[in-house]
Amino acid sequence: MASITPGALPGSRLVTMNRNTIVAEIPRLRRYARALTGDVVRADDLVQDTLERALGKWALWRPGNLRAWLFSIMHNLFVSQARSPRVVDYPGDEALPELPARGNQGDALELRDFARSLARLPEEQREVLLLVGLEDLSYEDAAKVLSVPIGTVMSRLSRGRERLRALLAGNEPAEMHLKAVK
Amino acid sequence: MNTNTRSIGEQELHAFADGRLDAARRAAVETWLAEHPDMRQTVAEWRIQGEQLHHAFDPVLDEAVPARLTEAAKPASRLPPLRMAAAIAWLAVGGVVGYAVRSSVPAAPQPSASLARQAALAHAVFSPEVRHPVEVGAAEETHLVAWLSKRLGAELKPPRLSAQGFDLVGGRLLPGEAGPVAQFMYQDARGQRLTLYVRRDTQDSGETAFRYTRENGIGVFYWLDGRFGYALSGEMEKADLLRIATAVYQQLNP
Repeated sequence: MASITPGALPGSRLVTMNRNTIVAEIPRLRRYARALTGDVVRADDLVQDTLERALGKWALWRPGNLRAWLFSIMHNLFVSQARSPRVVDYPGDEALPELPARGNQGDALELRDFARSLARLPEEQREVLLLVGLEDLSYEDAAKVLSVPIGTVMSRLSRGRERLRALLAGNEPAEMHLKAVK
Repeated sequence: MNTNTRSIGEQELHAFADGRLDAARRAAVETWLAEHPDMRQTVAEWRIQGEQLHHAFDPVLDEAVPARLTEAAKPASRLPPLRMAAAIAWLAVGGVVGYAVRSSVPAAPQPSASLARQAALAHAVFSPEVRHPVEVGAAEETHLVAWLSKRLGAELKPPRLSAQGFDLVGGRLLPGEAGPVAQFMYQDARGQRLTLYVRRDTQDSGETAFRYTRENGIGVFYWLDGRFGYALSGEMEKADLLRIATAVYQQLNP
């Protein structure tokens, strides 16, 4: 299994962890979790679990890419939670993902369309889109976070972007209908 | 041109959209896209997706972090690896900052920030120690004083802080930037600890005012007095620490 190791990231030797550096990562973790789950409370629960797990595994951490390490912990928690039946419960048409407040209303509607389409992507594709597009991780780091080969990252990125494009254009791919059946 | 452009695959288009290509490949992809308007449109839409992601979720970064999350980032108990990691981080930062200070500030009689940082670091490392907080305990104070005075090459006497509620636990010798330094540790009835860090300087700097700083939650008052640099560290309110620092200063300068 791929793991985040210090040698993989040049220039990261000085990034040594202490409580303050972990606290500094919380806003990023919250943003990612919000985009991943589409739900404020669930996202913060996921962040809290991630922080607690990170502190519990502190002894295993070595100087390296702290952010990628935290994302990999969050990914593992997210996957194990998603396997429990409760969680494959993405917002239907009437339930809208919770988004941060924004000024103008047309803007807000457009954002909701976008967030709803994002929520309809399979989780594995959504994760890759977020790690690369929102968190700006390299493809290599995204592969490590998700413990998959880089080729898998690329194919999920490709399928995810294509599907999101179709959803935003109002063309819902056929297989998505299957998922929407309750 | 054909040699550059014929091998453009979808992966490279994604890397292009994500800004991950070097200049040469980027130019090759741009050339190729100019001849393939359908794909140019697709790549543009991928980029818009990325902008929308930021547009939709970046405001989360500006939200106040719920207290429960900040709490969750606090270690439940004192974890040695955490403390050591923090100590190493400080050493690294201290080295960098210390270097920057040395190279940019002309020599002037002022207590350097490195005095405070080293003191706070030593405080962070030793004050949580349960079994070995000091090398020589207060029970052997005569020996402690003789030993540290000999190593620092000057007469040292730990101040009495019982009027402030703190008793001497003992002391230890530590490596400093320019030679040995002494650390005295005090503890109050609740187990709260203070450390007094004493460094001997090679030149007489006269006397300086108290300076205050906080290093990772540890408050430090530090000052120079003659050939000594002092730093009093504790995890307590500034006003309380100042009261004790004043008492220390008065005892050292009767």
